[in-house]
Amino acid sequence: MTSETAAPLAVEALVRGHRLRLVEIAPWLIGGLAYFLFPDYLALGAQILIGIIFSLSLDLILGYAGIVTLGQAAFFGAGAYTAGLLAAHGWGEPLSALVAAGAVAAILGLISGAIILRTRGLTLLMLTLMISFMLQEAANKAGSITGGADGLQGMAVWPVLGVFHFDLYGRTAYLYCLAVLFLAWLAARRIVHSPFGRSLTGIRENEARMHAIGSPVFGRRLVIYTIAAAFAGVAGALLAQTTQFVALEVLSFERSGAGLIMLIIGGVGRLYGPFIGVPLYMIAQDRFAQADPVYWDFWIGLLLILVVVFARGGVLGLADQLRRRLRRTR
Amino acid sequence: MTYRIQAALLGAALLGAMSAHPAAAETIKIGVILTYSGPMASLGDQIDKGLSLYVKEHEKDLPPGTTVEIVRRDDTGPNPETAKRLAQELITRDHVNFLTGVVWSPNALAIAPLTAEAKVPFIVSNAAAVTVPRLSPYVARVSFTLWEECLPLGQWAASKGGLKKVFIAVSDFAPGHEAAQAFTKGFKDAGGQIVDSVAFPLKDPDFVPFMQRVKDAKPDAVFVFVPSGKQATAVMKAYNDLGMKADGIKIIGPQDIVPDEELPSMGQEPLGVITAGTYSNAAQRPANKAYVAAWTREYGTKTMPGFMSVGGWDSMAAIFSAINATKGHVDGDKVMAVLEGWKNPQSPRGEIMIDPDTRDIVQHIYIRRVEKLGDRLANIEFVTLPMTKDPWKELNPPK
Repeated sequence: MTSETAAPLAVEALVRGHRLRLVEIAPWLIGGLAYFLFPDYLALGAQILIGIIFSLSLDLILGYAGIVTLGQAAFFGAGAYTAGLLAAHGWGEPLSALVAAGAVAAILGLISGAIILRTRGLTLLMLTLMISFMLQEAANKAGSITGGADGLQGMAVWPVLGVFHFDLYGRTAYLYCLAVLFLAWLAARRIVHSPFGRSLTGIRENEARMHAIGSPVFGRRLVIYTIAAAFAGVAGALLAQTTQFVALEVLSFERSGAGLIMLIIGGVGRLYGPFIGVPLYMIAQDRFAQADPVYWDFWIGLLLILVVVFARGGVLGLADQLRRRLRRTR
Repeated sequence: MTYRIQAALLGAALLGAMSAHPAAAETIKIGVILTYSGPMASLGDQIDKGLSLYVKEHEKDLPPGTTVEIVRRDDTGPNPETAKRLAQELITRDHVNFLTGVVWSPNALAIAPLTAEAKVPFIVSNAAAVTVPRLSPYVARVSFTLWEECLPLGQWAASKGGLKKVFIAVSDFAPGHEAAQAFTKGFKDAGGQIVDSVAFPLKDPDFVPFMQRVKDAKPDAVFVFVPSGKQATAVMKAYNDLGMKADGIKIIGPQDIVPDEELPSMGQEPLGVITAGTYSNAAQRPANKAYVAAWTREYGTKTMPGFMSVGGWDSMAAIFSAINATKGHVDGDKVMAVLEGWKNPQSPRGEIMIDPDTRDIVQHIYIRRVEKLGDRLANIEFVTLPMTKDPWKELNPPK
């Protein structure tokens, strides 16, 4: 194939990926409909939306830039405690707190990223894990500020835009999270289809070659790490504001791990992986835990094994395989 | 347009659901939040067995046509966020009339404020942090507070127990700090001296390095609080492994360090351990003998009832009293009116009452010693402090 025929094809493929397809309205249609169809499940719904933002932040660094991390909860927790402490000390305005939480998490991401992104592979993995452990232990020891293992008490979050109170049924929480997720999705979509996003994929696929063509690899990895940290911080702040509570669990390894698992179920390196994986995992968890409060962990584990064995590339990967097979038989 | 109608219909349905009072001859839903999975599941198991046993034994005493339905949820351990979400779902999704259970204070602290908004009575079966009933007028507690147990234990240890220097080692969360404060006050006021203190992490602690520090300080005794269950056994094992008994260091604390159900797995080490507590399954009260008999009939002798199971049992006793007194019209305010000042002379732990002012429990506190009873170890009560109120609430009146 000569470059004359390849170039337009490549351009077309890039533009096609960028263009908004009809099917991309589906998540928002479902998200909006769910508000009316499941009024009793809005609290869970809000947590799913928060989970999607968190998982999206992981997708940006793991799926697109190939940075393997087990410590994304560090940024989630930093955001949650920022919003929580602001609300507990007299500043309960949610939107500005959201921005502040994103900023704090981004600064943390920038500083920690500048140090740990110089490493690769298992070393990097361990360092991300250690940063979240360190933060969790710091939050545990600073009990007079964070409430320690008892959780942060006395948050008072003001109504969104001064109008919408956070209610017991989670209506405001759900719509608030849906709106923030929409903005996060717009930003993520813009990033992954931009030349910057493309270069991240390049770094993931072949770092040596990116170095060879003069791409600033370290700088780009640091930028996406910082952006993803901000996303995670915003997700954490949403959790703090909608539940009006912050516990040490926001910084836990379990949260990093669960975010990763949900992303894998949906499909890593795909913009819509989190949109599939998070609802699937959290709804399954909710159903199993209610049907069998003692042994529900077992059923979740079984589900995960099935996904990993039979759906490599997650649910979206499986869908692609099926589509390809259908096309072949046609 | 259709959207508006739909929204209006949904709104109406929600309002209906919120204002619907369950009439008599109906099913009363009781939401139970406990730790059913993970390393601390044995605690949830104790409470669940206690409350299930009460329902089984007393279902026939409910008003005619009324039945109870238990909706169980697993909070997986000290996870306040999960617990809060579960409580919210039980209230908004399952429309429960009562909330009960809750092993962990952090979880109860997170749940309590919700009940004020929802007006759903919350009967705390275990979580002991002193402030819990203050967070909502719909909270009543049937377990205990650490102040209730450890202040008198401190006084006793210095005045009658012959201890002069004590090291404090407690779990790093609200009940642990409260146990330490209460014991320190009681012990110091009676002339004792606190040598030093350490705090164990709440989740997955390794007790050996902490206990080594205690050993090196050579106190007369170590005051320990851990959240019962397997952690109690692990502390006793560390105490044993380090040979602290041979060094003459005694171990004292609230009942959580020698729970009845864990004694069989502790070996001979706890012999002579003195604790302050609310319940021992070796007590000779007729109500307790009946309870233990009902327990062994239902569950066999493999697991024995401990103080947590009695918390579950008395939670249901309080709920059943409220259902009977309101003839099944379990409106939040009416229920709380019944529970404030509620008495149960027939609790397995002796007489109990819910203080009408604080909605916290008033009960006998026993000083007990671990002794041999036949071929097993048991907590033998030897001092009774009748009808003790939570001293913290008297020292810290509401502002």
